[in-house]
Amino acid sequence: MALLEVKDLDVRFAVRGGDLTALRGISFSLDKGERLGLVGESGAGKSVAAFSILNLIARPGYIAGGQILFEGKDLAAMSERELRKIRGNRIAMIFQDPMMTLNPVLSIGTQMVEAIKAHRRISTKDARAIALSKLNKVQIPSPEKRLDQYPHELSGGMRQRVIIAIALLLDPEIIIADEPTTALDVTIQAEIMALLLELCEQDNVALMLITHDLGVVSQVTQRMLVMYSGRIIEQGSTREIINDAQHPYTQGLINALPQMGQPGERLFQIPGSMPSLKNVPTGCPFHPRCKFATEQCKRTMPEYVRSGNVDVACYEVSNLIEQEKHMQESEQ
Amino acid sequence: MTTATISRWDRFRDSFLWYSFKRDKIAIVSFLVLVLMVAAAVFAPLLAPTDPYDLAQINIMNSELPPVGMSGADAAFPLGTDAQGRDMLSTILYGTRVSLLIGFGAVVLQAVLGILFGLLAGYLGGRVDSILMRIADVQLSFSTLMVAIIVGAVFKASFGNLMFGEIAIYMLIFIIGVAEWPQIARTVRASVLAEKKKEYVDAAKVMGFGTRRIMFRHILPNTLSPIFVIATVQIANAIISEAALSFLGLGMPETQPSLGSLIKSGFDYIQSGSWWITLIPGLVLVVLVLVINLLGDWLRDVMNPRLYKG
Repeated sequence: MALLEVKDLDVRFAVRGGDLTALRGISFSLDKGERLGLVGESGAGKSVAAFSILNLIARPGYIAGGQILFEGKDLAAMSERELRKIRGNRIAMIFQDPMMTLNPVLSIGTQMVEAIKAHRRISTKDARAIALSKLNKVQIPSPEKRLDQYPHELSGGMRQRVIIAIALLLDPEIIIADEPTTALDVTIQAEIMALLLELCEQDNVALMLITHDLGVVSQVTQRMLVMYSGRIIEQGSTREIINDAQHPYTQGLINALPQMGQPGERLFQIPGSMPSLKNVPTGCPFHPRCKFATEQCKRTMPEYVRSGNVDVACYEVSNLIEQEKHMQESEQ
Repeated sequence: MTTATISRWDRFRDSFLWYSFKRDKIAIVSFLVLVLMVAAAVFAPLLAPTDPYDLAQINIMNSELPPVGMSGADAAFPLGTDAQGRDMLSTILYGTRVSLLIGFGAVVLQAVLGILFGLLAGYLGGRVDSILMRIADVQLSFSTLMVAIIVGAVFKASFGNLMFGEIAIYMLIFIIGVAEWPQIARTVRASVLAEKKKEYVDAAKVMGFGTRRIMFRHILPNTLSPIFVIATVQIANAIISEAALSFLGLGMPETQPSLGSLIKSGFDYIQSGSWWITLIPGLVLVVLVLVINLLGDWLRDVMNPRLYKG
């Protein structure tokens, strides 16, 4: 059984003039110690997906359907009290901006001790010892000093290390990292990513990495999900998707990456922009921007088809697979 | 523990608060005057030449003696005496004590109510917010004085004058505290609304903290600076409210006078030339309120998050 299994998750936002569907029929799973990438443009629903896993979608958002099974128990149907025991304790989360996620008026030590005490009956002294050991683990310089410092006294990179240490405090099974390095400068990004990867491997922690950096996804994750307008349009082995993307949208994303060694050339762009949730096109949401779009794409959402170790939701891809099958059959 | 206190002291000496305090002459002078007055009030029983509460020490023959320097003055009463022959200096020291006690007490009560309701309204929002803020609006639509006059009159009628003297301090703290809590509640609510959208609150939820812990341990400390500023100004307001009530005869009785009731007691004699009974406590009141307000202004400038983020 997978550690985390999300089944047909629908998340909606109740706004004036009806519900907006932010996530539509999201299904994926995460095994123990596995590293899963979640990519997509801004507004595709990546962060909503992360928050809904912890059942923390704030009003007016709500989970309209589906299951979030963590060790077989449905987080979507759990009481707030039970959920609190899982949040931070079994499933931890790391946010984008380390400037914002630490409380500016509490010392690092206080915040870490708080986090431990929220879940365990433990003396402050012991909690501080755990905090210190985790700070050591994230290789922060002079960790004892950091405990008594305030967030504004640390650099951005150090703060993100502290946040990783906080995420690790209670030895969670899953860490959800929502763009953990976007707010940092490039050299620090690499350091922090390497650290996160190392720590997850060391403790066999499952990592769900949300990012729009395909480079990071290809280096860190084993499997990936590509989201578009609240749907997963392609998911499977990271290597296969990066090397040979099937969905036209994923292909576009990969082609849009700046290539080394071709200076002066214009970068590839996917024409158009992602539809707003208020008017999601019928059928495949990507069809207005897709060069392969047919009448069928405009009418109905394609089902997933399997190609190698990848599931793709695209009529173009399923047609190609059909054609190949026919060709193979006729050759025989 | 010594290292911790030293580092806290160092932290304070490095802080912007201390830096700007050292550079602001008005703040320094106001602070010194306030400390002097508070100290004088706290140590009134040691400093005062006589105990104005002790009837045995009062001699009616000494009534309405002018302050030293005027003809007919007695060196034993440097600031003169009032109509009952009480030493003005002692009475003022004790009166300042009562005024400050009511000022601080009322603001502590305001702060407790204001912080609690402000946090609940701001953080929980929705119906809780609407109900609490409507109560606050209703409360604010009555003038403090009006509420105090009604409550005071009811208390006085039901407990009688003797009993009233004993509970007057608590009654004034209660009236002024309850009448003014919406000021603090509104300030707290506004800061909470801004704070709760910040990511550290999301992070706290993700860590599995309960609502109460998030409200009091995480959001409250971030809203303390505006609370501090408004509380300072509210102390001055509470002292003035108390003085006004006492002047109207609804506050402290003359047997244990506050600055306001001293002013009132002298007011009856001002036409007959005994101006000092009213004027001196009046000056003390003005200076006290002025320095508190000046400190409040300075605090507001220092703690304005737009000027300085800390």
